[in-house]
Amino acid sequence: MTEILMPRLSDTMEEGVIATWHKRPGDEVAVGDVLVDIETDKALMEHTSYEAGTLVRILAEEGATVSIGAPIGILRTGDDGDDASGEPTADAATAADAPEPAAVAPEPAPAPVTAPEPVPVGIRSSPLARRLAREHGLDIAAVSGTGPGGRVVRADIERAIKTAAAAARAAEPTVPSAPPAATPPTAPAPQDVRRPREVELGRLRKVAAARLVQSKQQAPHFYLRRSVDAESLLAFRADANCALRQAGVKVSVNDLVIKACATALRRHPEVNASYADDRLWWHDAVHIGFAAATDRGLLVPVIHDADRMSVSSVATASRALAEAARAGTVSADQLSGGTFTVSNLGMYGVDEFAAVVNPPQAAILAVGALRERAVVRDGALAVRNTVELCLSIDHRVCDGATGAAFLSTLAELLENPLMLAV
Amino acid sequence: MPVMTYRQALRETLREELQRDPDVLLIGEEIGAFEGSYKITEGLLKEFGPRRVRDTPIAEEGFVGAAIGAAMLGLRPIVEIMTINFSLLALDQIVNHAAKIYGMFGGQTSVPLVIRTPGGGGQQLGATHSQNIELYYSFVPGLKVLAPSTPAEAAAMLRAAVRDDDPVLLLENLGLYNSRGQVPDTAEVAEIGRAAVVRPGRDLTLIGYSRMVSVALQVAERFAESGVEIEVVDLRSLRPLDRATLVESVRRTGCAVVAEDDWLTYGIGAEIAATIQEGAFDHLDAPVRRVAMAEVPLPYAKPLELAALPNVTDLATVVEQTLRATRRVGA
Repeated sequence: MTEILMPRLSDTMEEGVIATWHKRPGDEVAVGDVLVDIETDKALMEHTSYEAGTLVRILAEEGATVSIGAPIGILRTGDDGDDASGEPTADAATAADAPEPAAVAPEPAPAPVTAPEPVPVGIRSSPLARRLAREHGLDIAAVSGTGPGGRVVRADIERAIKTAAAAARAAEPTVPSAPPAATPPTAPAPQDVRRPREVELGRLRKVAAARLVQSKQQAPHFYLRRSVDAESLLAFRADANCALRQAGVKVSVNDLVIKACATALRRHPEVNASYADDRLWWHDAVHIGFAAATDRGLLVPVIHDADRMSVSSVATASRALAEAARAGTVSADQLSGGTFTVSNLGMYGVDEFAAVVNPPQAAILAVGALRERAVVRDGALAVRNTVELCLSIDHRVCDGATGAAFLSTLAELLENPLMLAV
Repeated sequence: MPVMTYRQALRETLREELQRDPDVLLIGEEIGAFEGSYKITEGLLKEFGPRRVRDTPIAEEGFVGAAIGAAMLGLRPIVEIMTINFSLLALDQIVNHAAKIYGMFGGQTSVPLVIRTPGGGGQQLGATHSQNIELYYSFVPGLKVLAPSTPAEAAAMLRAAVRDDDPVLLLENLGLYNSRGQVPDTAEVAEIGRAAVVRPGRDLTLIGYSRMVSVALQVAERFAESGVEIEVVDLRSLRPLDRATLVESVRRTGCAVVAEDDWLTYGIGAEIAATIQEGAFDHLDAPVRRVAMAEVPLPYAKPLELAALPNVTDLATVVEQTLRATRRVGA
């Protein structure tokens, strides 16, 4: 017998959620077969079998949250030889655990005009079910549908939400035993129907919450602010987009900021660093992450080796990553390894803001709106396009002067963007 | 609040409008001496005289055209077309003149015309006298089309129609003339273009107009016995259509069934279904379903006529199928 353990699927993963089992107890398993889909803090990933055998028992049902290294199933491998004595109760228990197949009485389907071979085309689901799944961070593929033809309907999603919540509660006895806030402080009288509604926390938001607390509690932040003249940057972007039109590439201001950060980090390796285990680590590679808002929460896809890429390559990569993040198809690799992060809220009209450092990175750049502002130039008022930058830094890694020197290089690059292309 | 029939509510409102506004007059076939084929105008010739209650020859195109001219010159004529089937003879006057004069002539004159006309099958009047062709008029910009489902609505909508400066078709229903209901004596004036949630519920939106509203309410009552709450929406105004109320209801319930007393293909239900999928797509837990008449010229023979018209059982069957599809029943 071999225990199947919850694998470590990303460098920040601490626990995973069983999304879908692809094998049922009794199924033969070959090396490389997909056993189970696991949702990590970053993505939905397939877990394949390292050994051949028969799946004897599932220990963690779909929806359950399991720590890394904990058993999720039992595989009977070929060399066990103790089939009879192995676990006589396992099969019986499995049979009892298995969902009652007769309960899924299919709706009598309307008589089809022609009867082609049923070809499974994705998962059938109602628009309402899809929206609810999206809002609750559920993978609809992991929910079994009980509507006509197996369509996933609202009732199925509501059941899955309840199951996931129960599993999450059962799997987390270590929740800090703070006084249970049964009624939040703002809760009005219980008979008031406007009571706060509990919203299921998706994996992503749960992990993000833990890491943000870790960052704010452990990394002493300081903030450097600087206004950058963006006239040349806009002209450069217009020229670049003109030149790249044939290639179908469109460069955004954010792409240029990412490229400028990568170039500046190359010149200031002390900022491209981490503080961990009471030591300072300098990174040889420059991997820039950028914050992307998605339905499931904030994701930070990473442009690897951005310092070695041309502006147009950065633009192509950032667009592809942003789309993958929104579609939920971004891989764990594409979310890992960042050494610096750029967060841009300019498109929402935010003038300036300070971001929380994304551990174990040393710094994060917050980019505000690029717009015309009144500035003093050569002793007179002028109207110029400017952009407000705010660099948040982990003081354990860098001092003020180090951070300021980096920010100064960054500003210089953004005000002379030709330097990004040569 | 007095209880009266749909017929009495219309008659009393016509009388009040004739008393209230000297520009109001009635025009139509056999509305005077014969007091109306369905006795809506009973007693009105005697009370208001032949200048205000005018019998016409059997010439729909002619008297609808005359009413349009009178409306353009400042009167407020209320035309009775004996049944909606005969309105086809006046189709050019209604569609090409009444609906278009205001827009085509730069707003120089509006056409404050009311056309009252009943539709509906179930009276053994044969295929040519039993239609619901309100769709033909609901399709045309420049017209307003109202379809009251109760005596109170009939009174309130007739008042609104007379006071409105545009041509309004008031669709009555032969099957409703004898239906009874409370009518407020406060001279309510309906808001044109507003649907009404006539029974709230959380499980399914059932949409109808005119006679189908009462059928829908019976279906809702039947399902209420097993704890299923069906919301019934009365369209009231077919043009302009109150899309917001429909969409808002389906966003709450997640599914909808439309009941109509006309043919399915290209019908009013098709417009409603399209409206719902556009406005509430992400809230739909099941396809929008439609229940309508059999796609045949309505038979004369009573059993066949009854079989062709949508009834409580037909509607309940489709409602149940939709509830099952969303696992609201039978889960």
